[in-house]
Amino acid sequence: MSPELINLIIQATFETLYMVGIAALIGTAFGLPLGVFLATSRKGELFAAPTVNRVLGIVVNATRSTPFIILVVAIIPFTRMVAGTSIGSTAAIVPLTIASAPFIARLVEGAIREVDGGLIETASSFGASPVQIVLKVLIPEALPGLLLALTLAVVSLLGYSAMVGAVGGGGLGDLGIRYGYQRFMPEMMLAVVVVLIALVQLVQSAGDYLARRVNRRLRHR
Amino acid sequence: MNAQPSLVVGDPIEILDAAAEPAAMVRFENISKTYPAHRGKPGVVALRGIDLAIARGSITGVIGRSGAGKSSLVRLINGLEKPTAGRVVVDARDISALTGRDLRLAQRSIGMIFQHFNLLSSRTAADNIALPLEIAGWSKADIRARVSELLALVGIADKHDRYPSELSGGQKQRVGIARALATRPDVLLSDEATSALDPQTTRAILDLLANINRELGVTIVLITHEMSVVRQLAKEVVVLDAGHVVERGHVADIFTHPKHPITQSFLAEVTGDSLPVSLAGRIVQEPGGQAVIRVQVRGAGAGDTLIARLARELGLDVSLLSARIDEIGGRHVGALVLGIPGGEGAAARTLAWLSQFQISAERLGYVA
Repeated sequence: MSPELINLIIQATFETLYMVGIAALIGTAFGLPLGVFLATSRKGELFAAPTVNRVLGIVVNATRSTPFIILVVAIIPFTRMVAGTSIGSTAAIVPLTIASAPFIARLVEGAIREVDGGLIETASSFGASPVQIVLKVLIPEALPGLLLALTLAVVSLLGYSAMVGAVGGGGLGDLGIRYGYQRFMPEMMLAVVVVLIALVQLVQSAGDYLARRVNRRLRHR
Repeated sequence: MNAQPSLVVGDPIEILDAAAEPAAMVRFENISKTYPAHRGKPGVVALRGIDLAIARGSITGVIGRSGAGKSSLVRLINGLEKPTAGRVVVDARDISALTGRDLRLAQRSIGMIFQHFNLLSSRTAADNIALPLEIAGWSKADIRARVSELLALVGIADKHDRYPSELSGGQKQRVGIARALATRPDVLLSDEATSALDPQTTRAILDLLANINRELGVTIVLITHEMSVVRQLAKEVVVLDAGHVVERGHVADIFTHPKHPITQSFLAEVTGDSLPVSLAGRIVQEPGGQAVIRVQVRGAGAGDTLIARLARELGLDVSLLSARIDEIGGRHVGALVLGIPGGEGAAARTLAWLSQFQISAERLGYVA
């Protein structure tokens, strides 16, 4: 493979990391609070607001059930408004974020709901406010689950980021389609797939390691 | 002066009430608690018409079967639950009327320990104990000093940096107790705190609670379904059944003269009224072999020379098949199961002889 092609792969890898990194960050910034709220706002819960909970649940489900490629196209006007353009890696961050936030929210909700309800009662019994319960009990106790959820979200984003290539988003997917498919360069396609597999492995291993590090539940000496 | 609600003084009516019964730390006034119907499940009446005063510095055991309303009762004391009717007064303050920040401030003077300890797995023993202090806004230095003090108080100073997963059940409950006492509460609520522990550890934890009551003067309210826990720790007993207080009084009185059938059944569990399985399986109703007679022992030294006198005065070779006698509040409480040879006649004479001393006894049947 020529040095120019290798340079292309390196550049595309950075584009992918950029898109996925920023989308994961912003997606978490929205998804984490949303997930915590979803996990604590049913009837009788800390921030009980059953109607809001139901409405948000429907919105989250709707976003998640829209095929990503359709979401990308459908929100192009919004993307142009936010990013100033609808083409390129920066523009691709917008649909990636919009797809990842509800996904992260559901994963966070699951992780938070795993926390023993007795701990909420305990914290209430010594006068903790709902916000204190979230910050001092729910999030620290759910941390291993939250880290695994985030890992899963990043892995999914890597997959999604390959799709934005189809609409000029750049990154590894874009490279694979343009060179591997349209220019009949199977070795390029293979290289792209190998890099993606390596990235996923790396992210998953790092996530597993961190989750294990913070998990004190089954700590062996 | 602004019109901020005062947490210390309360309204004038409460002060008058408190003056009328100065010793009461916790007072239930005509409390009812109903859980509304939810998702097709019918509503549940957990408590009805409870009037109860718990004396300052006392140890009160609330005993009842599961579903009797114990959990609701204890959660009304620290405001985790609100009564449907009536009010709960804790230290001259109507806790059932408090909400939000006022309630949270009041909750700091009421500690609670739990059956499953409810420790944060992500925090060390010390950090678990620190949690209520962090929430109360203590400074880091004050927290560190107080946590060391508490760890020593509950006897696990060496477990400072251990995570709950590295502690035994008894040690976890000690952390729970230290955490409950962190903010120097006046009341300690125990929700089946020893039900997940083995008998030996249970005894150690109950001893610790007794010491805490004696040394810190903390009023303890414990709920349990085990009479043995009440017997070891409590001074006052409240028997709860189907949301009603069916019996209450000093532990020795309840144990020696239980009135309500529920109390009697609880008592049977600790005083050994139930027969050993091997014996129960062999009892038949047709006369023959030995008559099996159960003798209730209820009172000071009642059991001492009974068998010897019975054997001597009636000339019977009495055998002891099963026995269990405990000392509760200075009185012997228990049951003896005797084997009386000589058929129906001897059994009848034995029962008659016992009845002249007002000792209650019954013939259970015969064993070969």
